[in-house]
Amino acid sequence: MAGSGISTDAARREMESASLKPRARRGLRWWALVVPAALFLGVVFLYPLARLVQVSLHSGPNGNEGPATLDNYRFVLDDPIFRQAVRHNLALLLAVPIATLAAIAIALALHAGIRGWKAYRTVVFMPYMLSVPVLGSTFLFLYGLHGVVNSILGDVGLGGLAQDWWGDPHWALPSIGSLVVYHEVGFGVVLMLARLLALPPELFDAARVDGARWWQVQRYVTLPQLRSVITTYVVLELITMLSWVFAYVYSTTKGGPNFASYVLELYIFENGFTFQLPSFAAAVAVLLLIPTTLVIMLWLRRSRIAEVNLE
Amino acid sequence: MNRRLLGRAGTQLPMLAVAAVTLYPLYFVVITAFKTQGEYRTNRLLPPRHPTLHNFHDAFRDGELFRWMFNSAVITFASVAVSTLIAVVAAYPLARRAFRGRTAFIGLNVALMVVPPVVLVVPLFLLFVRLGLINSRLSVVIVYIGLLIPFSLFILVNFFATIPRSLEEAALLDGASTLRTLRHVIVPLSAPAIVTIVVVNAVWVWNELLIAVVFLQDNDKRTLTAGLTFFQGRFLTNDPLVMTGALIASVPMLALYMVGQRFFIRGLVAGFGK
Repeated sequence: MAGSGISTDAARREMESASLKPRARRGLRWWALVVPAALFLGVVFLYPLARLVQVSLHSGPNGNEGPATLDNYRFVLDDPIFRQAVRHNLALLLAVPIATLAAIAIALALHAGIRGWKAYRTVVFMPYMLSVPVLGSTFLFLYGLHGVVNSILGDVGLGGLAQDWWGDPHWALPSIGSLVVYHEVGFGVVLMLARLLALPPELFDAARVDGARWWQVQRYVTLPQLRSVITTYVVLELITMLSWVFAYVYSTTKGGPNFASYVLELYIFENGFTFQLPSFAAAVAVLLLIPTTLVIMLWLRRSRIAEVNLE
Repeated sequence: MNRRLLGRAGTQLPMLAVAAVTLYPLYFVVITAFKTQGEYRTNRLLPPRHPTLHNFHDAFRDGELFRWMFNSAVITFASVAVSTLIAVVAAYPLARRAFRGRTAFIGLNVALMVVPPVVLVVPLFLLFVRLGLINSRLSVVIVYIGLLIPFSLFILVNFFATIPRSLEEAALLDGASTLRTLRHVIVPLSAPAIVTIVVVNAVWVWNELLIAVVFLQDNDKRTLTAGLTFFQGRFLTNDPLVMTGALIASVPMLALYMVGQRFFIRGLVAGFGK
């Protein structure tokens, strides 16, 4: 860049002379460009988060009546339906290792130079592009009593395994879990495969020359390189299972049968909008924010995702 | 048998199985949309022997599907356009200038990227009731713009930071203002990143359910994704008609996927692959 030295110096001098103006004014000028974004973040995130706490501590249709009290928290913590919802969200966490292992396996297979890996990636990622309600209504029929899954089980002589997948309280939640995994695996594959493709091929050649077997290469070379991406994927999926499964449940069981697949978001949704009890909904939302925030903080501290270098 | 061939079959066969399981539900949507209810009752697995367009006729008859599709298109366009513009303008100083509060703002922005919308809807609902904005498309556009900003800003700040400084300095030297430099130097160089956030965000808004259900309760204000769950409830015994609705709702996103797949993948990788 020797040729551009002069102009760069001149520009830098220009910029420096500009920065001789009172510092605060310079800062304000840059903030002026950030203000519209900050305004939206304030209206859509910060104000609602503050108001959420207020509503959770009061009663009334606007969540601002009476003195501050923890009664709403006491009520929901004693509510058997709330406890059931918590258990269901925790049970859905089982989908995280399943989706993660499936994504790792598929990413490794595609990275092994399998013929048509790009086509496979396109296919595996496709469900992630479709809306959850589309997939929900499709799975509603596939898993129906006379649906394709049961009829295939019957055709291969496993008719005894056929279930009323959505109507049986034991199977409603696992059915939702399978739908979540179906939708989310492709995202993990894409993340991990991208990382693998960015690695220098010599990394693998060296191990192979040393006579390492395929699984040894994966275990000692590939997987360690994937660690940070796997962590990110696991974190995002944990948050999904705790607080982002509304669409899956709403488009299939709506929490039934008899609350067998009821989740925290449905509790917030029904109390907040169907029963017009925003204070209970807000209390649950605050309780839900606690583990979510913890997971986010741990992840932010571990990853370098928020770092942006100026030079 | 040749060992290498065996090894190749060892990965091809499981991957073929994965692809088949992944594609089957989509195949089911398509074949079912072209079946009559009578044929569906006796033939669920195979393509229709007597394909019919009857379901499409029925699905569009009331006009509500068109209405929902129009709503989705307007809402998606407005929220993606405005949020992208706001994020481009804000990302420039955040990526390029040192000023007080910059690092804190970037940190806050990344944390907000993963805040689940479900914790925001109750207070936002109370706010919009007071402002008289319930059942107005403006309300969901405002919420979507806010929800899209953290991811867009994050991608753009990281991308802008990789643009060589010399290009920008040349423009400043020519006396261009900050906004002119942004428009004529930074934005053209950032086209891939901008296309990426537009594609990722458009898909997200088009598919969003919770906010659409909460804020748009009038039937003629619904988005297509929200309308579909409603449609499904009304025609629960008519599987082929529901699958036709699902197919219609998916076609725009599948088309976008086919055209913009690499942008979509690049966006998610840039966002979370660090």
